[in-house]
Amino acid sequence: MLEIKCPFCGKRSQNEFAYGGDATVKRPALGQEVSTKDWDDFVYFRDNPRGKHSELWHHISGCRQWFKVSRDTATHEIFKTVRLEEEL
Amino acid sequence: MQKYSALSLIKNAFSNHQNWDVAWRDPEPKKEYDVIIIGGGGHGLATAYYLAKEHNITNVAILEKGWIGGGNVGRNTTILRSNYMFDPSAHFYEFGMKLWENLSIELNYNVMYSPRGIINLAHSDAQLNAYARRGNSMRLNGIDAVLLNRDEVKKMIPFADFSENSRFPIFGGLMQPRGGTARHDAVAWGYARQADAMGVDIIQNCEVTGFDVSNGKISGVRTSRGDIKAKKVGLCVAGSTTLLADKLNMRLPIESHVLQACVSEPVKPLLDNVVTFGAGHFYCSQSDKGEMVMGGDLDGYNSYAQRGNMPMIQHVLSGGLAVFPNFSRLKMLRSWGGIMDMSMDGTPIIDKTHIEGVYLNCGWCYGGFKATPCSGYVFAHTIAKDEVHELNAPFNLERFHTGNIIDEKGVGPKPWIG
Repeated sequence: MLEIKCPFCGKRSQNEFAYGGDATVKRPALGQEVSTKDWDDFVYFRDNPRGKHSELWHHISGCRQWFKVSRDTATHEIFKTVRLEEEL
Repeated sequence: MQKYSALSLIKNAFSNHQNWDVAWRDPEPKKEYDVIIIGGGGHGLATAYYLAKEHNITNVAILEKGWIGGGNVGRNTTILRSNYMFDPSAHFYEFGMKLWENLSIELNYNVMYSPRGIINLAHSDAQLNAYARRGNSMRLNGIDAVLLNRDEVKKMIPFADFSENSRFPIFGGLMQPRGGTARHDAVAWGYARQADAMGVDIIQNCEVTGFDVSNGKISGVRTSRGDIKAKKVGLCVAGSTTLLADKLNMRLPIESHVLQACVSEPVKPLLDNVVTFGAGHFYCSQSDKGEMVMGGDLDGYNSYAQRGNMPMIQHVLSGGLAVFPNFSRLKMLRSWGGIMDMSMDGTPIIDKTHIEGVYLNCGWCYGGFKATPCSGYVFAHTIAKDEVHELNAPFNLERFHTGNIIDEKGVGPKPWIG
C-alpha cells in the first residue's frame, strides 16, 4: 500500500488517489509552429526512468486537487509531494 | 541431444532419473558471435531457436542478466489467443496460434498446450453487438470465433452469477474455442533446450552494461562477463527496454508498469475455459494443478519493481467475486508481479533501429506470452534478413510519427488506464 501525502490533506492511502502520468511532459507552446517531431515526442515518447520519477497524482476521492509527486519507480519510495505550481 | 519420450522416461526410471543429460549447457561467453540476443526470456529464446532453425545462424549467444525464464515468461497467466479485431494484430497472433498447435512436437518438449477456449463475457446488448463485430472481423481473418448467448454461457460456467440482481448481468459472450493456455516455464525450457542443441550459447548471469557503436553501426556489447563482439544485436528485454535503449540514445514510446497476478489453493476441476470479465477487471483460468489463476489490471503507476501492492489485488479479486461468488472461500496461495513494456498504442514494436545491426523487440504490454513463438519467428527473420517480415511490418517504430498506430483498446497514450 502506498501512502501518499496530499499537499492539501496530508497522508492518505493509495486508494484515494488516481495516477496522472509523467509530470515532466510539457505540451508545446500554444500559438506557435510545432514540428511533427516535437508533437510526437509530447504525445508518445517518455523518459521512463528507473529510479526517481516526477509524476502527477489526483486526490480523486479526497480534495480532488492535482499535485506532483517525486517517487522511486524501483522501490516505490515517495520522496516529496508538492502543489502543482511548485517545483519538485 | 537426448530425445524425450515415454520410452526414455521408463528407461531413466530404472536409474532413479540420475542419468538424464543436462537440458542445456552453461558455456563461457566466446569473444565474438554472429548474433547476440539480449534477454533470455521466452521471446529471446524463441528468437535464437528460429535463427538457428529457419535461418541456419547458429553462432548465437543469448545474454541473460539473471536466469532464463525468470522474467515475464515465468510471471504471466499462460493465456493463448488471437481474438483481435485489427488486421495486423489478427494476422500476427493467428500465425502464432498455428505455431502453438504444433509446438510440443516441434520442440520435443511438452508445453501442455490446452485449447480449452477463451470466453469474453458481455454485460449489455451494446457490448454483445461490439463482440459480434469483433467476432465477424476475426472470422474474416480466418480465426475461430463463436458468439454465445446467455444460456450457452450458463451451460459452460453454471456457477457464474446469473442472478437477476447482479451488477453486471451476463448477456452472453464471445468465445475463441482454439484459445487456451500453455505451461509457461516449459515454453522457455523447450526453446532453450532446442536452441542449445543447435549450438546457441545460453549465457546466464551476464548483464549487458553498454554497447560499442561507431559510425551508426554496432560492433559489440559490454557485459559483466567481458566484452563480446557481434555485428547484429537483438533486444528482447521487455520491461527493461528503456534502460538499454538509454545506452543507445534511443527514446521510446514506452512506459514500464507493474502487473500482478495471483493463484488460489488448488481445488477440484471447476472451470473448463479461460473466462474474462472485463467489466470487473478480472480474468481467470484453472491450472492443471487445480489452482485458480487470476489477473486483472496494472497497478497503475510507473514501476520497475517486480512486485505490486495490495489494493490492486483486492480490486481484482472483488471483481472476481462479483462474477464467481463461489470463489469467496478460496484461500490465496501466492501473488506476484512482472514489469510490462507498455507501448503507447498497446501494440508491440518489432523493428530495425537507426543503428545498423541493432534490432528492437519490445512494447508487449500485457500480451507477450501468447506471442512468444510468432515474436521469435518474425524477429529472427528481421535479424537474419536485415528486413522486417510482412507480419511485423505494421509493428514498426515509425508508426508513432506516421500516425499508423494500432490501438486495439483505443485508450490513447495513457497506458495506466486499463
